[in-house]
Amino acid sequence: MDQKTYTQLEQKMTPKVPLAGNLIRAFLVGGLICAIGQAIMYFYMYFFDFTEKTAGNPTVATLIFIAMLLTGFGKYKKIAQFAGAGSAVPVTGFGNAMISAAIEHRTEGYVLGVGGNMFKLAGSVIVFGVFSAFVVALIKTILVKLGVIGW
Amino acid sequence: MVARGILNFPSRPSIRAAAVAAGPLEKKKSIFGPLFDKLHDSELCGEDTNEKAHSRLIEDACGLALEKAGAMPADADFLLCGDLVNEMTPSNFAAANLHLPYIGLFSACATSVSSLAVAALLTESGASRLALAGSASHHNSIERQFRYPIEYGFQKGPTAQWTVTAAGFAAVTQNEPGYPEIRRATIGRSVDYGLTDPLNMGAAMAPAAFDTLSRHLFGTNSVPGDYDAIITGDLGSVGSSLFRQMAKEEGLEVRRSKWRDAGEEFYGDDPSFFAGASGAGCSAAVYFSDVFQKMLAGEYRRVLLIATGALLSPLSFQQGESIPCTAHAVELSMSGGGQS
Repeated sequence: MDQKTYTQLEQKMTPKVPLAGNLIRAFLVGGLICAIGQAIMYFYMYFFDFTEKTAGNPTVATLIFIAMLLTGFGKYKKIAQFAGAGSAVPVTGFGNAMISAAIEHRTEGYVLGVGGNMFKLAGSVIVFGVFSAFVVALIKTILVKLGVIGW
Repeated sequence: MVARGILNFPSRPSIRAAAVAAGPLEKKKSIFGPLFDKLHDSELCGEDTNEKAHSRLIEDACGLALEKAGAMPADADFLLCGDLVNEMTPSNFAAANLHLPYIGLFSACATSVSSLAVAALLTESGASRLALAGSASHHNSIERQFRYPIEYGFQKGPTAQWTVTAAGFAAVTQNEPGYPEIRRATIGRSVDYGLTDPLNMGAAMAPAAFDTLSRHLFGTNSVPGDYDAIITGDLGSVGSSLFRQMAKEEGLEVRRSKWRDAGEEFYGDDPSFFAGASGAGCSAAVYFSDVFQKMLAGEYRRVLLIATGALLSPLSFQQGESIPCTAHAVELSMSGGGQS
């Protein structure tokens, strides 16, 4: 059997990824995580001295903390198998990528292991996050200077 | 005529004993669990790191195989062994503790059979009276190397396979009546059909398995009907249906019960393992427990073991390369079974 015939056979026989189901599960779990985040934000605004603008940071920190606990207890990967992008895209996915790498490499010591590998997966989120923030800020600055929009 | 890549062993080296050591998940979930000789209750097997645990499994299986053969480590002439960790350090450390002349072999998950073939060659040449051959894998140490950290959450698709934590070893001796004999081996070619998905290894490996099967059948002038079982290594459910389909389209007789796959059977039908098991320890664990015992019991007289291996690295995958695969085969028979 040549390569082309085999590729066709492989396409035909390989089970398909359940796309519709995955989308629905990602939507539900991703939405649930965001709803929890919103609740935490209101909690900080209602019980503490945070405003809508300043409540963001403690909310993100709390969500990452919860994600770290779930990762450490081995639950996050199970949620992720069910939810897919639903648990990867919110900030909890970032926390999971970071803490899972840190746990993984602790046997290589704190400096070369944990420190050197903690951002192995999450590093590109930071790099491209910072870079896209820079590009967006640049565009906005130019538009403001040109008088198209205001701050 | 010498058929390319086919080794004949007229002196019929025997597999005198075989042993398997495995981890806690295999104890709980594998249908072969009750057949394994040593089952650890923790993934770390009492060691500090996954890699040390990996070595521990190899040492355990080697020690048990020797013990069953009525020998001590000092009685063995060679250790032929491999795993999937970079530079095969678990095998190297185990070899250091066993103090045996040692060749590390890398055929990815096909090492269970390539080591057996080399052991048979050494025995055939008269250089070895007792050689240990086998391979191992450890879920945590292999996953971290080839894929992501263990606790990293990502969704695996239906074609993914689960790396087993197990080591399987055989003690190969000169011919001893009453034990499975190694009759022939076929050394696999590296076959690349251009597949690139490291989470669908079964489909990448199936053409290699078929290549080796057809070369073995042609070179030994046999047909599938001559074997009581044809057992592939870790194609999983996706790869083995592709493998069987290829065989069918080439006009080979395919009777479902005779065509087995260690990876597909390893964890039963449990969907949480997706397409089944994989890893260098997967085929070794099944060949050196279930298959070996079935041969001793007389249920199988002649079998063909085709272990498959995906020869990729995380680097080659990230550079967008395809996945070359191989498959090595050995033919075992009980005395009087098969043709000479």
